[in-house]
Amino acid sequence: MDYKDYYSILEVERTATQDEIKRSYKKLARKYHPDVSKQADAEVRFKEVGEAYSVLKDPEKRAAYDQLGANWKSGQDFNPPPDWDAGFEFTGAGFNEADAADYSDFFSSLFGQGFGSSHRGRAQQGQRARGEDHHAKVAINIEDAYNGATRSINLQSPEIDHSGHVYLKQRTLNIKIPKGVKQGQHIRLSGQGTPGMGDAPAGDLYLEIEFNPHSIYRVDGHDVYLDLPITPWEAALGATVKTPTPTGSVDLKIAEGTANGKKLRLKGRGIPAKSPGDLYVVTKITIPPANTEEAKQLYREMKEKLAYNPRSSLGV
Amino acid sequence: MNQSILQGTLIDEQVELSMDDLCCACSITSEWIFELVEEGVIEPINPDQEQWVFTASSLGRAKTAARLKRDLNINTAGIALALDLLEQIQVLEARLGQTSGFVDD
Repeated sequence: MDYKDYYSILEVERTATQDEIKRSYKKLARKYHPDVSKQADAEVRFKEVGEAYSVLKDPEKRAAYDQLGANWKSGQDFNPPPDWDAGFEFTGAGFNEADAADYSDFFSSLFGQGFGSSHRGRAQQGQRARGEDHHAKVAINIEDAYNGATRSINLQSPEIDHSGHVYLKQRTLNIKIPKGVKQGQHIRLSGQGTPGMGDAPAGDLYLEIEFNPHSIYRVDGHDVYLDLPITPWEAALGATVKTPTPTGSVDLKIAEGTANGKKLRLKGRGIPAKSPGDLYVVTKITIPPANTEEAKQLYREMKEKLAYNPRSSLGV
Repeated sequence: MNQSILQGTLIDEQVELSMDDLCCACSITSEWIFELVEEGVIEPINPDQEQWVFTASSLGRAKTAARLKRDLNINTAGIALALDLLEQIQVLEARLGQTSGFVDD
């Protein structure tokens, strides 16, 4: 298992005061919060920072961690020395077990089962309560939103075994993604959350839809955008050009004198839904390279014959 | 392994969520939902009736609000501000995506 340098994760010196650690944690937690940050690894970083803080904010755990020594590097293969925590007294307070299930193996080997002595009891016997709802994200492609799809997703959820220890339970669900979904929408799977207690119903599973980035399309709600490269003569003279759409290519009419960046709307060709979105084709005029004598000659001819000053509006 | 295909309910604009649905889905109390409504973070469709119902967009906002409260310890007014700013960023990014190629991270 890999050693984790909690100090470098929290961007503090090993000699940092508890206040410095707290300030740095708060700053990094805001920076990497998955709802705030757009960074791809934000969620991982956020958890890492939370794990580091749960150790360093607690003077007992920090002292035990420090005892491992300062010579370890993050990522280095690590096994805790036997009886490494002998001689320390722990109150077992400080972290919530449900969160701890998300923490690294490194964390669990040091502070996991048996470290803190008090395990939260799940529930009193004879209680009756609806199970908790679970949440997960499912990433789909734009084409899946047009056609519908079936996705197999792996879920891990912390469970508590008979002896009161937290472990990660794995399960696989095959889920139908209906067509017409959009970014951020949820699919609710009744009864797929935590089982209820007593004869109470199980919780639900909520899946949040996320689109994988596509090489040519962009999605905004139910609308889809495509950049369409066109030549200067197609833009100037008008043309009919082949254009890809998520449902197959179409012939698109470019009007005479089309400007760069013009949005052409293909009504109803966005993501299908009760009120289907539109497909917007954004024109990108691209310039052919002057890499042959013939091409150069054509450009020279244009220069001579077209009295065109693109900077006239600038007054020069 | 479970090979059957599960079909869920798509929570789109037509689906109405009760107070209980929202509480369970976001693991929050009804008292806190009242606070969110008071602060204008979410709005019931029928503010004048006794049994409030909410649309799908409230689900997303309430979930984010609950995470911001839990993870960053932000109060309700701060959450309202953060959500509004995050939404503005989303609108601006969408506008960038419409005109000038892909938005870089």
